[in-house]
Amino acid sequence: MTVDRREFLSRTGKLLLLTGAAAGALEHVLAGQAEAAPGYAETDHWWGMIIDIDKCIGCGNCVRACKEENDVPHEPYYFRTWVERYHVDPSDIEHPAVDSPNGGFDGFPERYKPGDGAKSFFVPKLCNHCVESPCVQVCPVGATFRSRDGVVLVDKDYCLGCRYCVQACPYGCRYIDPRRHVVDKCDLCYHRITKGLTTACAEACPTGARQLVDLKDPKDPVHEFLRTRSIQVLKPQMATHAKVFYAGLDGSVR
Amino acid sequence: MEAPAPRTPLLRDAEHLGRVAALFLLGVVGFFLAQRLLVPEGFGKHGHYRAGATEERRQLPTVFAGRAACEECHTDVAETNAKGKHARPACEACHGALAVHAADPSVKPTRPDGRALCLRCHTELVGRPSSFPQIDVAEHAPKGACTECHAAHDPGLGGGSR
Repeated sequence: MTVDRREFLSRTGKLLLLTGAAAGALEHVLAGQAEAAPGYAETDHWWGMIIDIDKCIGCGNCVRACKEENDVPHEPYYFRTWVERYHVDPSDIEHPAVDSPNGGFDGFPERYKPGDGAKSFFVPKLCNHCVESPCVQVCPVGATFRSRDGVVLVDKDYCLGCRYCVQACPYGCRYIDPRRHVVDKCDLCYHRITKGLTTACAEACPTGARQLVDLKDPKDPVHEFLRTRSIQVLKPQMATHAKVFYAGLDGSVR
Repeated sequence: MEAPAPRTPLLRDAEHLGRVAALFLLGVVGFFLAQRLLVPEGFGKHGHYRAGATEERRQLPTVFAGRAACEECHTDVAETNAKGKHARPACEACHGALAVHAADPSVKPTRPDGRALCLRCHTELVGRPSSFPQIDVAEHAPKGACTECHAAHDPGLGGGSR
């Protein structure tokens, strides 16, 4: 094959021009494409959780399952999820008695007398996977972030362990892992939900009090749940746009 | 500073300007070099974070296998279970995390202790919803295994033998 000078210059010129443009464009093209992982497109999901207070029996299965699935230290003060017991005197709902022995890991020992005139119930808690998350806003290095499928994640290889986010979370959902000195929190079992499984806590919950939901899935039961039940999120005044939705949540819950 | 304007100011200051320009260029190059070295790969691709971080989390192994994995093999139990009052709890809610067993069935899971397991949920407790079946342990079953009367997978009294 012979190439004359004219053709050579024309080809080279085009190549040089296009390389510059393509290099710039490629980044944008890649950003819009699905991840390499087969069968899971981040942009097709928007994860959250629904919690039905009327179904929670305070067995602590979720707490145990979560610690097992996510290798959370077993000391009684590290949790990705925990359960609180509320005991509310109806004449003083501003001051409920709240306890959470070992986060509910060993269940709840009987502490109150039946028929004492108070109302009592269990409240499972976890990261609320806020859309406007204070923890994400304060992270100085971008180690905690909201992924495109709506899960607030921690990049543990990039976290400095500065604890700003621990302070910023209005729900107290974060802890510093004593082994690596980086932050850890509920990530909605990201390694499970992206494989088509539910979270460990939802899998272990015997009554279906907590369920993983995909708000972008039109067939998800969450839509009926949100439409037909009285729904509340924790601390709505913080404007965090939380995605853990509670049905039957009492006003005394903080 | 009312000195008369020099005839060729650029030429006169060429050396100074050249130095400043060189310093400036060095700074710019240094900045981009440092940025390239310090900012991890994929940072900023989808937002203010390392794009690869999500993929890395996804690779973690699971500990709970999930109900579907259990029911692939244990079809008989699944059938009994689906009919009874324990249709709701998934297998691993009682049997514990068993992804190891699902991956390699020769790893045998330990049988859960009937009594302790049952009582964890069904002991009468202030705060449990009244619609949930609860027992006064001292009165209903002071001792013995619950499975003497109730079949765990179908605990109604007409339930099967398991």
